[in-house]
Amino acid sequence: MRAAMRDDLPFPRTEVGKETEAYNFAYLDEQTKRMIRRAILKAIAIPGYQVPFASREMPMPYGWGTGGVQVTAAVLGPDDVLKVIDQGSDDTTNAVSIRRFFAKTAGVATTTKTREATLIQTRHRIPEEPLRDGQILVYQVPIPEPLRFLEPRETETRKLHALADYGLMHVKLYEDIARHGHIATTYAYPVEVAGRYVMDPSPTPKFDNPKMDMCAALQLFGAGREKRIYAVPPHTRVRSLDFEDHPFRIQTFKQPCALCGAEGGYLDEVVLDDRGGRMFVCSDTDFCEERRAAGHRGAMAADGDAAGETR
Amino acid sequence: MTDLPLLSARGLTKFYGERLGCRDVTFDLHEGEVLAVVGESGSGKSTLLGLLATELAPSAGAVHYRMRDGAVRDLSELTEAERRLLLRTDWGFVRQDAREGLRMGVSAGGNVGERLMAVGARHYGNIRAAASDWLARVEIEAGRIDDTPKSFSGGMRQRLQIARNLVTHPRLVFMDEPTSGLDVSVQARLLDLIRGLVAELGLAVIIVTHDLAVARLLSHRIMVMRRGRVIETGLTDQVLDDPREAYTQLLVSSVLAA
Ligand SMILES: Nc1ncnc2c1ncn2[C@@H]1O[C@H](COP(=O)(O)OP(=O)(O)O)[C@@H](O)[C@H]1O
Ligand SMILES: [Mg+2]
Repeated sequence: MRAAMRDDLPFPRTEVGKETEAYNFAYLDEQTKRMIRRAILKAIAIPGYQVPFASREMPMPYGWGTGGVQVTAAVLGPDDVLKVIDQGSDDTTNAVSIRRFFAKTAGVATTTKTREATLIQTRHRIPEEPLRDGQILVYQVPIPEPLRFLEPRETETRKLHALADYGLMHVKLYEDIARHGHIATTYAYPVEVAGRYVMDPSPTPKFDNPKMDMCAALQLFGAGREKRIYAVPPHTRVRSLDFEDHPFRIQTFKQPCALCGAEGGYLDEVVLDDRGGRMFVCSDTDFCEERRAAGHRGAMAADGDAAGETR
Repeated sequence: MTDLPLLSARGLTKFYGERLGCRDVTFDLHEGEVLAVVGESGSGKSTLLGLLATELAPSAGAVHYRMRDGAVRDLSELTEAERRLLLRTDWGFVRQDAREGLRMGVSAGGNVGERLMAVGARHYGNIRAAASDWLARVEIEAGRIDDTPKSFSGGMRQRLQIARNLVTHPRLVFMDEPTSGLDVSVQARLLDLIRGLVAELGLAVIIVTHDLAVARLLSHRIMVMRRGRVIETGLTDQVLDDPREAYTQLLVSSVLAA
């Protein structure tokens, strides 16, 4: 996929597999992909800066990650191994259909294993397993502008970014503390990238913010409806905004994962019955299954529960 | 202290296309001085204020300002970053319509704290303490600090605007009809508060008003505008008690008749 960033490579055009004659490689035409790659290169050169791009219609509705899909299409190469997650899970309708889309239009191999993937498209989570050099994480972004909550005028937010005038971001955090006694923003928690631009990390839980900091993988963000691409290059400083007397903290969970016993992971609440029964399990399904395959057991895992069969 | 003016306007002129906003306005303002700009509707008062506060670009003329570091700068030559810093530190702007001067969706405390955060304050407790202090000084109850101005009366909104502007200890505050649209008793209380703060803090103020009673109560000097030009200027009491220009005489007598 490093190769895929180059415009001059002879990519397979219409000859990927039998069922794909109707499509160009990865659906988008080469000119569009070049345009998106130029936006991505600019985004990498200016970490955290929102680069406008001419977002295309994709054969799926907005809200289904059309920005992420276009970024993925533009950087995907024939040798890539693709993983797609939605809220940490590989098997939601959204994740499955995007994975199928690229299997069909690009003929690439797919996986659910974080370790095996060279490119991971995600909606709202970062895998628990640390990412490594050479991997690319593509985020689906609904609203790229972190200042929009307080300043709806785009002419003004653009100026604020240009001047690194980010006091407003702290007004938002101030309001949180005034109202809730602590910074209650738990998703889309604003970060400062490379000491310069303030960026919305997309609606990932703030739990994942520390994973963005000095991450070995390249992180790309695509907002389809809003026509913006931004990036965090590998090994780049990403700092969550806070106050001196209210420092940034991630969520913690009282109990370990009920299935794999992992501590320190991000858990989802699963309702078991209509009598208030519930359990907390890893949101990252691949992480959870790997642990169970390695013999780890949580409090509610059935004996002999084989990895991958629980959900 | 210094004898150099804080602000000097020279030949300030503004055309909106063909239409004249104001023409050839020249004056000096010294530290701690309160200047009222009066005249009927459409005479160019708001245009002049906009030019002085760098919100409008002049068609001709210039404004010089003595910065906190003592350097006298041509305001048209400030960078955008310098201009914004000036606007939110050494200057204030109190608007007639509080919705333009406040963030209506942000709490009173957040409105006051915004300027502090804009210039780098990052300690919540300190920001909140400064906000509480300023709310008390403009007579807003401590219990309202977390309420948004949407729930405030017109008078409270104006007082909140004042607190929001004064928290960075500006030396110059622009006010555009800050009391109009308020009930008479509310106006009186607000004017009293402004007068007290101006005296206590030694603020320089340029206040635009069509109400000569406001000018008389607050200002040392007055500038009378008509059709975009300054037609008479002088000490407030002198101009109001003994107007030279026929137009000013008319203005004064219409107040007396009212
Ligand atoms: N944005 C504008 N575009 C065109 N004309 C304007 C604009 N603003 C003010 N004017 C005109 O400039 C003149 C002075 O207006 P203004 O400064 O608002 O007066 P005042 O504040 O004394 O009522 C008026 O004739 C007004 O119609
Ligand atoms: Mg006006």
